[in-house]
Amino acid sequence: MIKVNTEDYPWQPGMTVRSLLDERLFTFRHIIVRVNGEYVPEEHFDKSAIHDEDDVIVLHLMAGG
Amino acid sequence: MGAILKQYSYTPEKIIRGYSGKSLYINVSDLRIEEKELTDFMKEKFIGGKGFDLWYLWNAVTPETRWNSPENEIVMSVGPLGGITQYSGTGKTLIASISPLTGIPIDSNAGGYFGPLLKFSGWDAFELQGKSDKDIIIFIDGNNGLIQIEEGEEYPEDTHLLAEELTSRFAVDENDMVNVSVVCSGSAAKHGYMGMLNFSFYDPRRKLCRFKQAARGGLGTILRDKKVKALVVKYKGITPNLNNAADISTINKVGVKYHKEMHDLDSKQNKMRQIGTANTVMIMSQYDLLPTRNFQTGGDPETIKISPQVFINEWLTQGLHDGCWYGCTMSCAKCADHFLLTSGPYAGERVTVDGPEYECVAGLGANLGIFDPQAILEENFYCDTYGIDLISFATCTAFIMECYQRGQITQEQMGGLDLRFGNKDAVLELLHQMSRGEGFGKLAGLGTRKLKKIFVEEFGADPALLEDIGMEVKGLEYSEYAHKESLAQQGGFAMATKGPQHDEAWLIFMDMVNKQIPTFEDKANALYYFPMFRTWFGLVGLCKLPWNDIVPSDNHKTSEPAKVPEHVQNYVDIFNAVTGQNIDNDELILQSERVYQFQRVFSVRMGKGERKDDYAPYRSLGPVSREEYLSRQELYDKQLRDLQGLEPESMNLDEKIAKLRAYREDQYEQLMDAVYRRRGWTMNGIPTPERLKEIGMDLPMLLEVIEPKL
Repeated sequence: MIKVNTEDYPWQPGMTVRSLLDERLFTFRHIIVRVNGEYVPEEHFDKSAIHDEDDVIVLHLMAGG
Repeated sequence: MGAILKQYSYTPEKIIRGYSGKSLYINVSDLRIEEKELTDFMKEKFIGGKGFDLWYLWNAVTPETRWNSPENEIVMSVGPLGGITQYSGTGKTLIASISPLTGIPIDSNAGGYFGPLLKFSGWDAFELQGKSDKDIIIFIDGNNGLIQIEEGEEYPEDTHLLAEELTSRFAVDENDMVNVSVVCSGSAAKHGYMGMLNFSFYDPRRKLCRFKQAARGGLGTILRDKKVKALVVKYKGITPNLNNAADISTINKVGVKYHKEMHDLDSKQNKMRQIGTANTVMIMSQYDLLPTRNFQTGGDPETIKISPQVFINEWLTQGLHDGCWYGCTMSCAKCADHFLLTSGPYAGERVTVDGPEYECVAGLGANLGIFDPQAILEENFYCDTYGIDLISFATCTAFIMECYQRGQITQEQMGGLDLRFGNKDAVLELLHQMSRGEGFGKLAGLGTRKLKKIFVEEFGADPALLEDIGMEVKGLEYSEYAHKESLAQQGGFAMATKGPQHDEAWLIFMDMVNKQIPTFEDKANALYYFPMFRTWFGLVGLCKLPWNDIVPSDNHKTSEPAKVPEHVQNYVDIFNAVTGQNIDNDELILQSERVYQFQRVFSVRMGKGERKDDYAPYRSLGPVSREEYLSRQELYDKQLRDLQGLEPESMNLDEKIAKLRAYREDQYEQLMDAVYRRRGWTMNGIPTPERLKEIGMDLPMLLEVIEPKL
């Protein structure tokens, strides 16, 4: 189990930042990702592995309206 | 031209550090024209823009004043930063009046050239009071110091014709047309309560007038009730430092930095320069936030047909003049040129359609079940030229459609209109009826709150259902965001002072997706900071979009990226550079809060602005119908299990809906308590004398209003 934006989410072997974003349908293009507090640049989303019990923050920079 | 009824000469004041020091008062009952001196008290407590509007309006009306009382005013002001040309989004005019929809002060804002040209003509604010007995045009010539009132019966009513004719009439030649700006409404504004104001700016490349709208709350209805057909201002000579700023070099420096961001980052972020605010339509649908079929759901597979790419590829002209004031590199005012109309009085004509903005695609498209870009553009055009607030129109029409489809009203009661979701022809005919003041269109123009009463009392509809699905608070229709799953946004809408418009707070992603504000206190802090911060744009004459529709590339490294700290610092720097003052971020919020609390007390004075007025229809808080529950069954069942300790497997659908409703209504009550505490209000929603004293607004006139309510 991992945390995604403070909520439990099932972890799967081979999970990367990219696969997690795809799975969660986080399609907004202006997203900031931090894994265990470490910033992950967008160009590393494909190869950045997510491990069981990681704490993932996916910040959508959408303040709208 | 019509007969001249009055001429008045004046000496235009030079602008010093953002202010001319004078405001203009015109009473159209007796054609009285007066000049008023701005006071230091006004500048300190109210700053400008919406602050000045509300101050003048308070002094003009009494608690008994109604929207159509002669003493009701339309007040306009651009604010001290308005008209600078070095930063994006600096041409906003703020307008306030007592609304026909809500009965309390409404404020709305628009781009276009009118506000800055008015200020450079010597006027920090403009009060329009009284009621004329015939249609008139008011013309302000800022170069020659002349105000002229003339008969206006002969001019057409619809905006696209009227503004073109008046621009030609008051410009010396074609090159002079960019110096003229017109404010007007349209033919529907005199028949209903959702009339809006169009603000023109002349587009020299397309050689026609373009428009931005001060849409909310029926301002156009009030203008036409006063029988003012149009306001026209003309000022030639825009130069970079007409505000005579205290420190122009800082403004230049901040502006250059910002324009570079826009150049380098917009294509990677929101693409405002390509499509404008409509860039978010697909995002909203993908995140379950696009209001669809009267806010029942948050998206639809058909949304792809009205995606930004469809408008960019097939309808919008790229690479032309799209800024609504000089120097705005965001240039988000898009339009469709040579658009062929298929219905109404202008069928067969080709026109330029300003838009579509996000609200237009979401409201006139998805919320009405219309996934047809051509139909949306035609609705957009007619709303604009008829002077109809398309947000109120869309939300009200969506309500009518759901009432019809749920058997609450009949086709016969709608005068034969078959207002099913998705029936674009019926929607267009409804607009044309509004313009003509005929049939069911005339009734619909009264707005959702009045329709609920009529449907119940005259058509026998179910009052409980209509209260649940009629998307209005305080009488104003919701703007176009589905928000059932964001408690903070439920409060952002329903606790907004003027009614449910998102310009106070837009917290959906912070709350629902990012989970950044999980507790009531977190949400209350957001519902304090963001309304206060956003109010500031309206005090100084700025557009909100350049604040957060593009952000610096290192914004994510800041501790509070949602606030876009670097851009907030830009605003502090520009304010100080124009006015010569020395405010910081805290003082900026204090400036806003003074006006924010003033407006709340003003609403209390006019009969709304208490806890009872801050409740949302249940459609805003959760699923009203079985279909809505089933559309998110997994989510709702999980909430019953996790948050309420229930076993949804052992409950029937109606039981689940009832239990979820009880929980969500209780959550909303707790949110209200937290927000009221944070804003310094009693549990009845009244600003306390202690809070007013803390912010320097313990004015006797305010205390007199709140003391009986404590």
